[in-house]
Amino acid sequence: MLIKRKYVLHIILLVLGVLMIVPFIWMISTSLKSYSEVYVYPPTLIPEELKLENFIRAWNAAPFARFFINSIFVTISITFGQVLTGILAGYAFARLNFKGKNYVFLLFLSTLMIPRQVILIPVYVIISKIGWVDTYQALIFPFIASAFSVFLLRQHFLSIPKELEEAAIIDGCSKLKFIFKILVPLSKPAIAAVTLFSFRAAWNQYLWPLIVINSEKMRTLQIGLRYFVSQGGGNSEWHYLMALSLIVMLPVLIVFLSSQKYFIRGIASTGLKY
Amino acid sequence: MNSDKDKNINKKDNYTYLNNSSSWLNTIKGYLFIIPSGLTLFIFIILPVFIAFYISLFQWDLLSEMKFVGLTNYFNLLSSPDFYNTLGNTLYFVSIKLFLDFVLSFFIAVLLNQKIRGLSFYRTLFFTPVVTSMVAVSVVWMWLYDPFYGLFNYILGLFNINPVGWLNNPDWAMFSIILVAVWKGLGYNIVIFLAGLQNIPKSFYEAAAIDGANARQKFRHITIPLLSPTIYFVLIIGIINCFKVFTPVHVMTPDGGPLKSTSVMVFRIYKLAFDKFYFGEASALSVILFLLILAITIFQKVYVEKKVHYYN
Repeated sequence: MLIKRKYVLHIILLVLGVLMIVPFIWMISTSLKSYSEVYVYPPTLIPEELKLENFIRAWNAAPFARFFINSIFVTISITFGQVLTGILAGYAFARLNFKGKNYVFLLFLSTLMIPRQVILIPVYVIISKIGWVDTYQALIFPFIASAFSVFLLRQHFLSIPKELEEAAIIDGCSKLKFIFKILVPLSKPAIAAVTLFSFRAAWNQYLWPLIVINSEKMRTLQIGLRYFVSQGGGNSEWHYLMALSLIVMLPVLIVFLSSQKYFIRGIASTGLKY
Repeated sequence: MNSDKDKNINKKDNYTYLNNSSSWLNTIKGYLFIIPSGLTLFIFIILPVFIAFYISLFQWDLLSEMKFVGLTNYFNLLSSPDFYNTLGNTLYFVSIKLFLDFVLSFFIAVLLNQKIRGLSFYRTLFFTPVVTSMVAVSVVWMWLYDPFYGLFNYILGLFNINPVGWLNNPDWAMFSIILVAVWKGLGYNIVIFLAGLQNIPKSFYEAAAIDGANARQKFRHITIPLLSPTIYFVLIIGIINCFKVFTPVHVMTPDGGPLKSTSVMVFRIYKLAFDKFYFGEASALSVILFLLILAITIFQKVYVEKKVHYYN
């Protein structure tokens, strides 16, 4: 009876799980087909002839190499900024004692209640007043800090014994040195979670670059892919579009699959600590 | 809890230990540490909220002079049928997506919590869509939804069901986008529910079993009440995220769908501001969206949170 129940459970989960990855399988299958096989009826799952050159052709159909470099640069800058500013502020809120600390912390947390989509226009106005429209600065600076990162790191720093810092300071260690030599190495899981969250969010950004970028050479991969679709570049060339979609997904997918543990733990903890 | 209190007392002692320099020096030090993030959050999040309110009182196309018009933008919005269409589409998206997402993720999380083998394998299957790019995913689903050569209509055909227009049909377009959003977001809720389920002490179930409770009673009187904070979290985050939907709508239906059936609020803000250059009216709509989200958050804080069962 009990064994039977386990079987049923696995069957349900397998069916649901396979349904979840059908779009991925279909994407990969189409991306390897020839143009004529894409429109064959009934559709084939495994291509008769593997057209690996689809990837090269699609990649060269627009300046995707440039878009890729833009995406990488912007994503790494944002991630680095969020981790660094998060460590500094997280440390201050966890360990330093200064006037107005609790009020400032509340102000930080209040920014979590403001959706970016709602302040789109004023942020655009600010950026255009500074003269940053269509620049890397516009893609990076609004996102180099996040209250979520600060909060997550603060929580983690609070759990590290205070005695460690006292000992370090008695030995003549400065605050900054303590943070980067001792605190950071001890906070790897939290920093990994913050890194992964901001990397994913920055890589997948869409609405903001759509607005603030005008020239083709400044486009990120997401925007590049979208223009490729809308300019008819793909309307019937689904094998190229699927190849490009796969390329756009790949970096985050690789990062995720290689560090799943931190990702899942980070998300799970946000739900529990709330 | 008791140990928490002890910790707090210790913390205070330690502060006097470390901070033996004067207090204003400490204050400067503290602010130096938070200035990089504080300034960014202030300039790009807090300040813009006030600017949005301000711009919403003007007629403005970004280039010419701003012309003060009072609440005219709001009146214009509230008297235009487009606004109600947009609001209706958004509420449709929010309710259906939330319902499907909630039921499916809860069901799957409960299944995964049955001490089965291969938990991490299944979790990976369900979670992978969460991390992938929404633009790329939308493009893939556009291909699945293709009315003539798409996989979905082919499968429907196998069961002798007439093909569906999906994104081209005003009755189906929004639902098609909801399906993509549900598929993509499911794993996130599953992970949170699973963590919540695993956090319930085993001893509660053992005690109930000794008292002769059956599976359904255990579920009703232990799982649900102890999981209520998690349920609450998933609902509040879910509603807010649904109101913010933009990317799949814009990628899959760049013109707002057949008969404007997929034009949601953020999409409308985008169109008003960056297609028509009605910055004032777009800001007014942003303010309405903001107040809507705020109202829901406050309502949940005041009325729902009271009923939520926090056991520790």
